[in-house]
Amino acid sequence: MSLTAIDIGLAALLLVINAGLSLAFRLGLAKDLIFSAIRMVAQLSLVGFVLRYVFQSGSLWLTSGTALVMILVAAFEVGQRQTPRFRGFVAEGLGLVTLLVVGTISTLYAVGVVIGPSVTSGPGLLTSFEPRHVLPILGMILGNTLTAVCLSLATLVDLTKRERGAIEAQLALGATRHQAFQRLTQSVLRTAMMPIINAMAVTGLVTLPGMMTGQILAGADPTDAAKAQMMIMFVISGAAGLGAFAAVLGGVRLLTDKRHRLRLDVLVG
Amino acid sequence: MLKIDQLQVRQLPPLTFEVDAGACLAIEGPSGSGKTVLLRAIADLDATEGQVFLDGVERQAMTGAEWRKQVRFVAAEARWWEPTARPHFADVAGAYRLLVGLGLDSSHLDRPLDVLSTGERQRLAFARALCDNPPVLLLDEPTSALDAAACALVEREILARLDAGVAVLIVSHDSEQIERLSDARLQLGPLSPQASARAPASQLVVDA
Repeated sequence: MSLTAIDIGLAALLLVINAGLSLAFRLGLAKDLIFSAIRMVAQLSLVGFVLRYVFQSGSLWLTSGTALVMILVAAFEVGQRQTPRFRGFVAEGLGLVTLLVVGTISTLYAVGVVIGPSVTSGPGLLTSFEPRHVLPILGMILGNTLTAVCLSLATLVDLTKRERGAIEAQLALGATRHQAFQRLTQSVLRTAMMPIINAMAVTGLVTLPGMMTGQILAGADPTDAAKAQMMIMFVISGAAGLGAFAAVLGGVRLLTDKRHRLRLDVLVG
Repeated sequence: MLKIDQLQVRQLPPLTFEVDAGACLAIEGPSGSGKTVLLRAIADLDATEGQVFLDGVERQAMTGAEWRKQVRFVAAEARWWEPTARPHFADVAGAYRLLVGLGLDSSHLDRPLDVLSTGERQRLAFARALCDNPPVLLLDEPTSALDAAACALVEREILARLDAGVAVLIVSHDSEQIERLSDARLQLGPLSPQASARAPASQLVVDA
């Protein structure tokens, strides 16, 4: 399936109608709509060209470099998503370590062990590490892990501020920081895992997941597309769970010090 | 037994004093003068400069948790993390004698905390802090919500602990209570910048 500029222009017509409605009813959305639409076109075109170049080169260095940029952008996002924020760049640092470790391990596992043998005829492990496998899978893993990490940290910060008294009461009675935060980390993890559990529970019933839709539109057999979707759901759910776990453990360390004291002064705003 | 050496708490001048085993030091001063933050600093709940020794051992030689198992801060307003009191007690069997001595019984352990009176909760929190017998007690207004009878029970328990060799620091707004319990007083001045500039360390009087 190959789309021309005219096809895309026709699709954009729907948005133009929206902009017209906004102008007619003075919603003030027309500028935002058009600006984000232009941004989306520019970003996706750029990504398309970059990926084509990387895929054609097949270079390990270019692939790793692209992966690293994706991870850095995601790590930066981790630091922006709590109110109040962590002072300095500690949240970004925690995000970077978490996403680097979880993203790398999950992607290597998904590409090498899970899809490796099925996409190659020969000995699977190494030949499947092509940029066109590694980068999209890393992207899906990062996107979902990022959501779980952000949700973990934001919930942890929020609950810690609210439960400050109860945490300090436990510390005063001689609890370690892990004992004092135990109840909190349980509810943080339940909250962080909820979107993943919900996504697995309703997937396919209400909407078809993006990857499966893409494969079907590209002409793949729906049962094959479903199998591929199951594989990716397992990998991204597992990765998101690991990410949430690492983020909450790291977050507790950021919110306390070596003397196991609660340090809300690491938060600003 | 408990030795505070050049402890820097907020804008207060560095504090140096000792409390012997079985001795009770009352900390006095108007609201906002730093009484609670001083107790929290000694319990190592806030980061502060200076040293604190227990039986000659500086607190940095042990973990924060080990220190607070021995140097026990009892907050003026107790916080709870379960709906009833029982799960808050490390050693429920050991707490019974204590509860009875404070005018409570085991039914108070299982009733929802939010149906108990403020005074009952305050005594439960006091028992929770004492049930593993820490050698140092830092009490922040331990009887603020109690009637005279309950107050007398808590004071009797404090005196029993003092007899057993526990070192006690107490913050109280009740001067008669301080008279009954303490051997020495530490007076903290108001924390306003002008006042602390005009009246430095000399305002701290330990009449031991």
